[in-house]
Amino acid sequence: MSIVVQQNDFDSGAELAALGAKSGVGAVASFIGFVRGAHIIAMSLEHYPGMTENSLADTEAQARQRWNLSDVRIIHRVGRLLQGEQIVFVGVASAHRGDAFAACEFIMDDLKTRAPFWKCEETAEGAQWVDARESDQAARERWGHS
Amino acid sequence: MTVTILYFASLRESLSRSQESLELPPACDTLGALRQHLAARGGVWEALLAPRIQMARNQVLVRESAVLSADDEIAFFPPVTGG
Repeated sequence: MSIVVQQNDFDSGAELAALGAKSGVGAVASFIGFVRGAHIIAMSLEHYPGMTENSLADTEAQARQRWNLSDVRIIHRVGRLLQGEQIVFVGVASAHRGDAFAACEFIMDDLKTRAPFWKCEETAEGAQWVDARESDQAARERWGHS
Repeated sequence: MTVTILYFASLRESLSRSQESLELPPACDTLGALRQHLAARGGVWEALLAPRIQMARNQVLVRESAVLSADDEIAFFPPVTGG
């Protein structure tokens, strides 16, 4: 499955190797997101089971329409993650680096504005829901409509 | 007709409810009408009217003009923050 939503951690190296292993692949581009911030003890990710997978699949479909891709892999974790842990992996394989780079960035910009996940940060002061950022919306809008 | 309504994240906490099953009055034929109907409960429910609240019908993001059907799964949630 190219789309996975799971609690468990993932092995980025293994994922990249799998993407590069297929014939015709000239380029693999990737992104890994981490729980960041010295003041953050943990981050909890809530999600809408079913819709998350549908949304991510739609993001992949959009990317495949725009660019020539041979493989896409999206892994997004849910549940309680500690500072420094991996949250999300996006990997794209293509014949050419232009398509791979662009598709990888597009997929992140798109999922950040559409995929139904919600982050709650735990700090020493307590737990607080993270606000959506206008900069994320702006980043998605750069790509225009599908 | 009956629909299932799901609430997520901070909205779920404000409403103290994660889901409900609701028999809709006949006039409640769109997502917008449903939203007004729920907000009319007053108090914390008025938070549903905030422009930032997003809506899904059968696990697809939609606008309030979306027409409802029997056994739909409706969801209301704050702006997403994944990735």
